[in-house]
Amino acid sequence: MVTAQSEVASQYNVIGTRPIRHDGVDKVTGAAQYGADLQLPGMLYGRVLRSPHAHARIVSIDTSKAAALEGVKSVITNADFPRASDDVIDTGEGSAQLNWLLDNVIASDKALYKGHAIAAVAAVDHHIAEDAIELIEVEYELLPPVLDVRDAMLDTAPKLHDGLKTGEMDGSKSDGDSNTASHLRFAKGDMEAGFADADVVIEREFVTSMAHQGYIEPHNGTAYWRADGTLDVWTSTQGSFVVRDSVAPLVQLSPSQVKVTPMEIGGGFGGKIPVYLEPLAAILSRNTGRPVQLTMNREEVLLATGPTSGTYMRVKMGAKRDGTLTAGEVYLAFEAGAYPGSPVGAGAMCALAPYDIPNQVIDGYDVVVNKPKTAAYRAPGAPQAEFATEAVINELAEQLQIDPLELRLQNAAVEGASRADGFTYGVIGNVECMQAAQDSSHWNSELAGPNQGRGVAQGFWFNIGFESSAYAQVNGDGTVPLVLGSTDIGGTRASIAMQLAETLGISAEEVRPHVVDTNSVGYTQVTGGSRTTFAGGWAAYECAMDIRRQMAERAAQIWEVDAAEVEYGDDAVIRGPADDEGNERSFGFKELAGQLAASGGHIVGRADVNKTSSGPAFATHIVDVEVDPDTGKVDVLRYTAVQDAGTAIHPAYVEGQMQGGAAQGIGMALNEEYYYDESGDLKNASLLDYRMPTALDLPMIEPIIVEVPNPGHPYGVRGVGEVPIIPPAPAIQAAIADAVGLRMNELPISPRAILEATLPEEG
Amino acid sequence: MTTQTSHIVVNTTINGEPTVFLANERDSLLEALRDRIGLTGAKEGCNNGNCGACCVNLDGRIVNSCLVMAAEVEGSEVRTVEGLADGDQLSPLQNAFLEEAALQCGICTPGFLVAAEALLEQNPDPSEHEIRYWLAGNLCRCTGYDKIIRAVQLAAGQGQD
Repeated sequence: MVTAQSEVASQYNVIGTRPIRHDGVDKVTGAAQYGADLQLPGMLYGRVLRSPHAHARIVSIDTSKAAALEGVKSVITNADFPRASDDVIDTGEGSAQLNWLLDNVIASDKALYKGHAIAAVAAVDHHIAEDAIELIEVEYELLPPVLDVRDAMLDTAPKLHDGLKTGEMDGSKSDGDSNTASHLRFAKGDMEAGFADADVVIEREFVTSMAHQGYIEPHNGTAYWRADGTLDVWTSTQGSFVVRDSVAPLVQLSPSQVKVTPMEIGGGFGGKIPVYLEPLAAILSRNTGRPVQLTMNREEVLLATGPTSGTYMRVKMGAKRDGTLTAGEVYLAFEAGAYPGSPVGAGAMCALAPYDIPNQVIDGYDVVVNKPKTAAYRAPGAPQAEFATEAVINELAEQLQIDPLELRLQNAAVEGASRADGFTYGVIGNVECMQAAQDSSHWNSELAGPNQGRGVAQGFWFNIGFESSAYAQVNGDGTVPLVLGSTDIGGTRASIAMQLAETLGISAEEVRPHVVDTNSVGYTQVTGGSRTTFAGGWAAYECAMDIRRQMAERAAQIWEVDAAEVEYGDDAVIRGPADDEGNERSFGFKELAGQLAASGGHIVGRADVNKTSSGPAFATHIVDVEVDPDTGKVDVLRYTAVQDAGTAIHPAYVEGQMQGGAAQGIGMALNEEYYYDESGDLKNASLLDYRMPTALDLPMIEPIIVEVPNPGHPYGVRGVGEVPIIPPAPAIQAAIADAVGLRMNELPISPRAILEATLPEEG
Repeated sequence: MTTQTSHIVVNTTINGEPTVFLANERDSLLEALRDRIGLTGAKEGCNNGNCGACCVNLDGRIVNSCLVMAAEVEGSEVRTVEGLADGDQLSPLQNAFLEEAALQCGICTPGFLVAAEALLEQNPDPSEHEIRYWLAGNLCRCTGYDKIIRAVQLAAGQGQD
């Protein structure tokens, strides 16, 4: 493995190295405690009854037989919850309107998708809980389901919500009820002039299926409602504070009465930000006085959580003969699922983001359908929107007979370029990624056989900052426990601890990171938005600077000199003025740490940061595929992922994000889809039929890390988690076109889709 | 109303320790390991044999413990992720997973370790394709498998060229 230090890393001692993650031993020995591993004395097991129908009015629910079953301690429905307001809460990578959030947790008057929670039970044993939900009798009045975004937007479509109007950006609302919850538009320039300038104009339609985040750990939630009115929640979540602030209003407690302990989390990718089970566990616990644990099975995960939006999209782009892009028109209709809140806004901002195009109009529509409420999924909205725009860029390159990377370089957004939504870029690595791809051995290699093709695509994602907090104390032996609020999905204990270590001048191993509950650390936003290493690292930096200041003050006190004369060096040596005899005075970090207790007490550093200077991330992916003309199966032969990480704090985990994101994007491109029948029944709600890539489906994914440090971060961090899921689908679509001449504009490009496109129709 | 369930005494050996437990007749081996015995290293990812997160070694064979009834393991030897390390000495495979950063969230890791250990017992020098084929029953959603494959190669004495 290549572990040579990068040019950026060479200025640091800890950053850019590959220490073993602090939580590693627990995770290879089975000792790590995930949400479902928690067992509490007297704990009850819960189970959820779910709607078998995609759209139905709930006429009545009779829980009496279930409640009478021996071992059942409580049965609840929506009626057991206080009425929720229409206030909107911030959930990190999105927002949630409380009454819709509650309705999604447990249906009130209507079931809006197959799998919608209807009732929940708590019993002494999970087998009994399973039996009990079978005994709940629900009378439904079936309503016609609306399953496709285009159908849902028709005036004649059945409406999911009474009183839902289309909101415009200026605050106006449609007169009549609609399934289109909102419309947004970003525009700049003059479209008519832009297209008039073009020598070539391409307009295409695109359709993508809903796809699931596919974390291997199902959702879980455990709650204990104490007699004093305080509530403890344990859950595998990306955001313990978001869980606290979501659960509290739904059960009419103040957030200060709720303590959320984040357990280890078995993947999230955005899908473990919303609450599903935690409010149910809370009410079941209140009713029984005992801790209650709920877990989902895989079918429930696929039916009722996640996914990302299915979409219908149109893209029209114009270019001059020399390759200059003159205009881009993008129409995005995103399925929100059963309640408003698709990521269409982010998709709209990302759609043309890698390019400097003078004339743009981007329209986005957020549309409810009788499918599960969508949740954030890795760069929410961007994989769909950029699939459509990148596919058109690749087709333009072909028509103009310009190399697709050259066309991108010619039009690349650089510092000072602005998007249609008004954002102007600072220092970005867009061009650097394209150039690194051009220089890669992959791009300069030859394809080896028939039915093989190569594709390339670019990706953009914002990355976000926001609030993070850190505490650290200095132990007498010079080790530093670091207290964090960010749940560690993929090595962030290590990447944050490394930034504390770098700042203090000690080793990564001397820092001991701990993720703690909401009462034990300052407010920390979700692990999401590629923000954790950025904002958590910044908090760690500030926390370390606080320790440096206090250590210098303590040395000054011990030496009886003015603190202004003492300096904490980057080598972790604290130096003071020479003594009366002219001898240099200094403390090593450990030496001074050992004297803290006796010289006035221990030192605790702390920081709370709330930053908005996150660094945009770009990526360029190259893929080679081979298409089997007999089966329609596409094999990925070779894959290279280039990405600007800003500064790669722990390069192995940066590579891991790039490889994992690429793998999810490959799944989205080739196999993963929500397959509904006309009644709204999801026909592939298992991991056998919802086909995620296995080890056998993928080649090695070669990561090329580009480092264009973010000037808006003490160590140049940009955030790396999300952008790698964006380029795979358009790169693969282009590779298939290169291989067999088919431009497949619907995702996934499954064997069935390829066969349908190639085989003559049966007579 | 009452549910009809009975309980069964099961004698088995788990990670080398003779173990007697009381199983609900409806318990899978996975449920028994986690809920009755307190070994929560094996994880439930799908409960129908598609993800491999619950992989354990049953009498030398890799099984999805969600598909084995607890009562079936009477007289058997079961090895779980908790049995891979020798006291505080991690196995070469466990060390290789840490060195190669072969896990992100870690939920699939116990299953991968148990499955990969069985591979290396049968085939100490597997090719990349053989590793991918053997591990195709274990889903990982975080890593794209690269670093897992490299970790198995490292533990097998490869990957150090």
